[in-house]
Order: sequence, then C-alpha cells, then structure tokens
Amino acid sequence: MSAAPVAPSATVANAHAGGPVLLPGTWRQALLLSRYQVRDYLRARRFVLMMAIVAIIGAILSFVLSHFHGAGLSGDPDAFYGTLWGGGVYVVIIFSGIIFGGDAIAGEFQNKTGYFLMGLPIRRTSVYVGKFLAALAASLVAVLFYLAILVANGAYYLGASALPLSLFESVAIAVLYLLALLGAVFLFSSMFKNSLYAVLVVAVLFLFGFSIIDTLLVDLVKIEPWFIIDYARAVISYPFTSPLPLHKSTGFGPTGRPMTVYNPTYPEGLAIMAGYFVLTSVAGLFLFEREEFT
Amino acid sequence: MPPSLEARGLTRRFGPFTALDHLDLNVQGSKCVGFLGPNGAGKTTTLKMFTDLIFPTEGEAFINGVSVQADRKRALARCGVLIETPEIYGSLTPREALEMVGDLRGMPRSQIRARTDEVLAEVRMSEWADQKVGRFSKGMKQRVNIASTLLHDPEVLLLDEPSTGLDPRGVAEVRDIIRGLKQGRRLVFFSSHLLSEVVDVCDEVALLNHGKLLFYDSLANVTGRFTAGTTEVDVEFLEPVGDDLAAGTIASMPGIQGWTRLEAHRLTLTIGGGPPARSRVLEGLVGLRKGLVSFKESRSALEDVYLSQITDGES
Repeated sequence: MSAAPVAPSATVANAHAGGPVLLPGTWRQALLLSRYQVRDYLRARRFVLMMAIVAIIGAILSFVLSHFHGAGLSGDPDAFYGTLWGGGVYVVIIFSGIIFGGDAIAGEFQNKTGYFLMGLPIRRTSVYVGKFLAALAASLVAVLFYLAILVANGAYYLGASALPLSLFESVAIAVLYLLALLGAVFLFSSMFKNSLYAVLVVAVLFLFGFSIIDTLLVDLVKIEPWFIIDYARAVISYPFTSPLPLHKSTGFGPTGRPMTVYNPTYPEGLAIMAGYFVLTSVAGLFLFEREEFT
Repeated sequence: MPPSLEARGLTRRFGPFTALDHLDLNVQGSKCVGFLGPNGAGKTTTLKMFTDLIFPTEGEAFINGVSVQADRKRALARCGVLIETPEIYGSLTPREALEMVGDLRGMPRSQIRARTDEVLAEVRMSEWADQKVGRFSKGMKQRVNIASTLLHDPEVLLLDEPSTGLDPRGVAEVRDIIRGLKQGRRLVFFSSHLLSEVVDVCDEVALLNHGKLLFYDSLANVTGRFTAGTTEVDVEFLEPVGDDLAAGTIASMPGIQGWTRLEAHRLTLTIGGGPPARSRVLEGLVGLRKGLVSFKESRSALEDVYLSQITDGES
C-alpha cells in the first residue's frame, strides 16, 4: 500500500457529477439551515404549546379587561400598553426562549441530529447561527401573536387608531431583550449534552432564579445588580413611563427596615441587554465549537 | 487527483485510555476499503476524527489532501458521511431533508430534485418520500441517511456500520448499493462487523485492534499472508464415514493437513495448498462413493485472519 503522504490541496475543487460547485458561505448556510429549522419548529408540538400558552395569557387578559370594563386603562394608550405589554411580554419571551432555545444545541447531541448535520460541509458557526435565527424567528411569532391580542383589545378599548409610537419603541426593546435571553439560553444549551438538563437549568434561572439573585443582591449585599439580565428588562416599559423611575431610591420596607430600590437607566438597560446578547452568544459559540460528539 | 484519505499519527486519548494510537493510514484511489476491528478497537473514533465530530489528541486527518482539522468544510465538500445512526429532524420528510442537504451543499435546485428521486429510489424509500421522518423505523431512517450521503454523488464515502438497524433485506440492499458505488470514481471506506459483507464488496481491508492498526492490504494479500492458503472445509456424506476411512484414505489425500469428526456423516478437513488442492480433495471425496452432499468452507479466509489476529492482539 502507498505510504506516500498526500500534500494538502491548495485549491477547493468540489464536484457534483463531475462539475465544479461552490459551497455556500458560512452566513448563507446559516440562513438556509434556519429556514429548515423554522419549518421543523412550526410543525412541532412545542410550537402549538407555545401558541397555546400565549393564547391562554391573552384570554385571561381579555377576560380581566372585559370583566372590569377596561380595568381603568381604557382612557390612556400608554397606561394600557405599558401595563399589558411592558409588564407582560417578558413572560412570553422567557417561555418562548425556553421552548425554542432550551434544547437547541443540547438536542443536537442528545437526539443525534447533530450527526446528520455535522457530516455535511458546514462550519459549526453556521449551525449555531442557523439554529439561533430559527429560535429567534419562532419566538418572534409568539411575541407578535401576543402583540396582536393586545392590539385587538386596544382597538376595542382605545379605538382602532390608538397605536402609540411608544409601543413600537417598546417592541424594539423587547426584541433586544429576546436576543439577549436567547443568547443566554443558547449558552446554557451549549453547556449540556442533555436536553432535559439544559431546559431545566434555563427554566429555573429565567423563571425565578435570576429574580431571587436580583432581590438578594439588592436587599442583602446592597449593590446594583447591573449584571443580571432580569434587572434590565424593566426598560421594556420605559417608553410608556414618564417620568422615568429614579435610578436609586431609598425608603423603608414593610418591616421598617431601610430599603434601597435600583432601577436601570434607559441606556444602562439597553447596554445590559446588548452586552448579554454579544457576550453569551460568543461564549456559547465558543463552547459549541469545542464540544465533541462522543 | 484520485480520491484519498490519510491519517497522519492520528491519536485520541480519553483520560488514561488510548482509543486510537498513532494511526498512519494512506488510502488512495477508487476502491472499497473495509475497516475492521472488535468493539472498542477505535473504528468509530477514527471515522469521527475524519469528520471533525471529535478532535485528535495528536495527528491530523486528511480527505482529498485537505486537513479536516484545519478546514472541515473544504475537507468534507466531496465527501458523504454516515456515522452511527443519525436522526433527522422528525417533522421533515425525506424529500425535505435531502433538499436541506442539497441546499447546504450548494447544489442547484433542479439537480437536487432529480438526485432526490434517484437516491430515494436507490434506497427503496420513494413511496415514503413525503411522509414525516419522525414516524419512521430505525431502518427506514438509516435508508434516508444513506440516501443523504449519496445525494451529491460523492467522491469519498465514509460509512460507519451502514447496515446498522436494517433487516436482512436492507443489509443485502446496502451491500448492493456499496457494490454499485464501487463502479464510479469513488473511494468507499466503511467499518463493519459483518466479515461476509467486507469479503463481498471490499478490495482492501484495514484491521484495527486496541487502537492500533494491525494491517492494511488487499483482501487477497491479507488472506494469503495470514492463512498460508490453508482452509477448513466442512464435508457431509449420505453414508457414515468411519474413522479408518477418514484417517486412511481421506487423510492421505494430497493437501489434507488434518481432520476432525463432527458427526458420523460429517467431518471438518483442513486443506492446504489453496484452490487447486481443494479441487483435488473434492474430486477424491466424490470418488469415495459415500454420497458427498456438501463441501463448504467452515469460515471465510478473512474470518480466520480476523480471529487469529484479534486473539493474538488480545493475548
């Protein structure tokens, strides 16, 4: 048998049935993959589950509004959307992040779908980005469904033309929050090869873990929790709020203990979200690049 | 440039355990190579490093001269890969899954459509082309996986026990597919536990044990070198064959090196001298007029080599 080493080729020469073919670039492959992944999501039970969750939240809101004749929000679009959108969309975002992103990377290992993808000439970056885009798209569908329910209620109680500019601003911030949350969710998903562990950790952290840490830091350590994503999400309702809450205020709690309350400034909240998105996405990709299909 | 696979000092350790120990292997040209070894020998580890699913502790793997570790995308561009039994997104149909593969490989849509029909027909999945993969059995999924590896008409095929999960008919069909693939300008490198499959379709074999390559050579050279032309043959007669006849007339036939009794009508003969000697022994046994009804090899020559080498390796 030949023992002569083969010199690495200096050129790419792909061939399908003898003809030259160029492979799509990294970002093109990511977009292509996301298209099929979205198709998979839209047909899966998890998508139905997510839409059901949003529908139930929307139904409860609609019932409460109807029962209390607008719940005192019908005269003021900012109060209406500030309460119902600004105060509630994060729940939809957290659920959709968990449902669409929790096992996005871990599932590739546990379900062995990664063996199908990684046998193809595709960089891991494309796989990671493609799956992220798909989770983002599926989550956006859920968020827009929630928005549609609120706008329908708003049209009834405020009039068909009462769509404040602040709502669009808040939607943009909510999308930034969604990006940040998905970045963090994908990071945790990259840490595990077991979907259940990944989803559990993500659910515990985002549903109440960060909230508890946030409270403990403020109450016990008395520091501003600027590094917790939970802290930053308050800015989603800022477009409806005037004047904005004080960054730091002190007072007394129900037991008479002195208490400090921190609120993120507008730029600080946006910076925390953007920082989370960038840092957790890079860290998650870094982990995925080094994870082995053992 | 002919298709090629090369491992240069490829090593993988998992803690203190060395799964693959400095594998040097250079396979070039259009051929079919069987990659053999017992469980835990390092076969799948090797194939996973050739596809960048795991990373070498030392060394490098090349496909068509391109380092997999340096540029997996270029290295796998003309390669079809089937490692373990991959899962396809359950809500996609085989047609959609293959469309995804073709898109990611940059194939034109018209070619994807044409090739999808061809390869699904080849793996006998045409009638399931538009059903969701999630409902398929393991064997059906494996057929779709095989179809996906063939879609772009690859130059190099890396297959890790491709018959896994298939029923006997599926195993035979995979064998036919691999045999058909050999006819093109293609290098097929596949691991298998089925020695008969390797004998049937492979031109060359590589044997791995305890992470070390024991040999890589043509099938003919391997069997010739390790068995020295000796074969064990089971023979069966209509009439009983006594010990005197076996120890006398039969044992004295040219080429007979030994015999053992299985039953009153059946013996196992050890015959040296290759096919010519076997032919002469067969004629001699017919001449005994004891009603010879069967004359077949107890094991294939490759099985003899495998058993001798793996036993030696483990001792």
